[in-house]
Amino acid sequence: MRFMGMNKRDWFLFIGFSVVTLLGPIIFSPLGAGYPDLLQKFAIYGIFALGFNILFGLTGYLSFGHAAFLGVGSYTAVWTFKLLSMNPIPAIIFATIVGGLFSAAIGFISLRRTGIYFSILTLAFAQMSYNLAYSVLTPITNGETGLQLTQDDPRALDVAFGRDYGAVLPSSDLFGIDMTGYPGFYFCGVMLIICFFISLRIFRSPFGMMLRAVKSNQNRMNYTGLNTQPYALTAFVISGMYAGLAGGLLAVTDPLAGAERMQWTASGEVVLMTILGGSGTLLGPVIGAGVIKYFENIFSAFNDTILEQAYSFLPETMQHIMVQVSSLFVGEGWHLTLGALFMLIVIFLPGGLMEGMRRIRNLFVSKPSGGAGSDGNADTPVQNPA
Amino acid sequence: MDAILLQVLNGLDKGGAYALIALGLTIIFGTLGVVNFAHGALFMLGAFCAVSIKALLGLDKVTLDPTQTTAWGTPLEVRQPYVEVWFGDWGATLLEYSVPVSILIAIPVMLLIGIIMERGLIRYFYKRPHAEQILVTFGLAIVLQEIVKSIFGANPIPQPAPDSMQGMIDFGAFLGHEAGNVVYPIWRLTYFLFSLGVIGLVFAFLQFTTFGMVVRAGMADRETVGLLGIDIDRRFTIVFGIAAVVAGLAGVMYTPILSPDYHMGMDFLVLSFVVVVVGGMGSLGGAVLAGFMLGILQSFASMNEVKEIFPGIDQIIIYLIAVVILLVRPRGLMGRKGVMEG
Repeated sequence: MRFMGMNKRDWFLFIGFSVVTLLGPIIFSPLGAGYPDLLQKFAIYGIFALGFNILFGLTGYLSFGHAAFLGVGSYTAVWTFKLLSMNPIPAIIFATIVGGLFSAAIGFISLRRTGIYFSILTLAFAQMSYNLAYSVLTPITNGETGLQLTQDDPRALDVAFGRDYGAVLPSSDLFGIDMTGYPGFYFCGVMLIICFFISLRIFRSPFGMMLRAVKSNQNRMNYTGLNTQPYALTAFVISGMYAGLAGGLLAVTDPLAGAERMQWTASGEVVLMTILGGSGTLLGPVIGAGVIKYFENIFSAFNDTILEQAYSFLPETMQHIMVQVSSLFVGEGWHLTLGALFMLIVIFLPGGLMEGMRRIRNLFVSKPSGGAGSDGNADTPVQNPA
Repeated sequence: MDAILLQVLNGLDKGGAYALIALGLTIIFGTLGVVNFAHGALFMLGAFCAVSIKALLGLDKVTLDPTQTTAWGTPLEVRQPYVEVWFGDWGATLLEYSVPVSILIAIPVMLLIGIIMERGLIRYFYKRPHAEQILVTFGLAIVLQEIVKSIFGANPIPQPAPDSMQGMIDFGAFLGHEAGNVVYPIWRLTYFLFSLGVIGLVFAFLQFTTFGMVVRAGMADRETVGLLGIDIDRRFTIVFGIAAVVAGLAGVMYTPILSPDYHMGMDFLVLSFVVVVVGGMGSLGGAVLAGFMLGILQSFASMNEVKEIFPGIDQIIIYLIAVVILLVRPRGLMGRKGVMEG
């Protein structure tokens, strides 16, 4: 049974994903993550990682400059708020379009090279954007302070429709629904579901097949007389649009855009999310983004007092030592945990968490006679989707 | 004319740092085939070698002087570094020249760090794809940087150059120009000469020793050298150590120019990678040439006259050049055929 190019398994996956996303506030509350601020971060960075995965997971091009598109998306969204309307819909549409255009320009040049040269080119463009945003482009980006809303912004559409925000600093709202708290999360959540659907369709399409072929052997593709560059460029632009959308959503939930979103360490973070979840898998990037944002939130909130309570069952000297050791990894030192986690994943589990889950499942489920490759796991890139 | 000379001079020290880091990067890449994103962290570790040696030398002995009292009536605490107590004037000199002295200690320390890194982590990644090498060394860089941050804090720690090297040198008068137009800090000149010296040593080592010959052969064709019965892996471990030492020394000597903080490695890493790529992956001469070239170009771009024509050019010049070079000369300036072409 096939419908819109996806079989029954895919539809189950999609529906399951949507249900989990929409019931997020209930499902994640036992983990202490059931509040909208964190959940919308899951959704936004999930979108960012999903987009990155379309490029890296499918074509194997490792871009180190994706944060630039995120930043451009944020700036565009804030400018839309300032000039047109506080409604998030035009903001994210413009953010996506501008992210796409920007990535088309960068991708067109960067994709002339492969491998590490491609990584360096994207890195160079992202650093250029970051440096320019801090210096010359200050009239557009407001430099170090970051782009903010002001009370006397023109907001042409809002004025045309007779919406007046009075003397307070407005926040984004969707036809009267304020984009803070749960409405904000559901707005991002619905976007995530749409993006997941698009990503699923790409994975299962002939186009996705072509991208995988680019990854496995680009030379052979060229020998068959096929120009792979348009395919890679399309993937690059799609992932740039995802990043632009994610940046736009960041601005929707908090109308502020700063240049630090474009720094190359931010690009490293999305690479990490994708790898952690499992690059080339459908669900992996979203899980990776969720895990990182969750632990970032939990770990950086820890401080010595909480640690002392946690170790209060130990004798005092032991407690003291344990607090000293653990405090290296939490709070301010959260990046240390992140770096160590990153290394462990790359060393022991290059396939990411999805690979880990599959390994665990294989321990319990006896393999069908067809072997591991054909056991019909919907997420393996090995499986033939056509 | 003076202005141009001054900009060239200004670019030399930064160019020296780029060249040293890029040299290590490209040696590692050429021999081991590993893209080492933790190389900036090695530069940073070198700088913190200097910081910790200064701190060690500066450990104070506290004695109470009963003849003098403070405003509160307690005996005055006299603090004197142990080295001065033990060695007198010679100790004071040692403390003052802590940055050059650090070099002697940094060499074995960095060699050890490099060898541990290679044996403990990098060697498992020889056969893995470049993307995974980049990622694991990136993770390692974050870990090293955070450890340094937790020990030394997040603020830059100034490291003064020795008094005798703190002044300026009137370079213009030296070349027969008008005096006072081209003045240049002595330490930066020292750094430039030092980097030239290190580069010369590395090249001499690779060119004139049997060990270096094996390494060069290994860079050209690793498999054949292995087939000839040479334990190439062991040599490459030492090569990694040497690359770590070069990066570390660059860091030690750079501390008086830029007060070290925990993220200085990351800042230099990105630029050094650009330098390596511009010079051509795996080409030693290219790395050095591109390092100095980009350093000097960067200093030209930060001239006010240039900035008036192209605003913001000083921020992006290096990346811009990298983009142009990669598009026009895919192999970089002096890249060898068949190395990472694409």
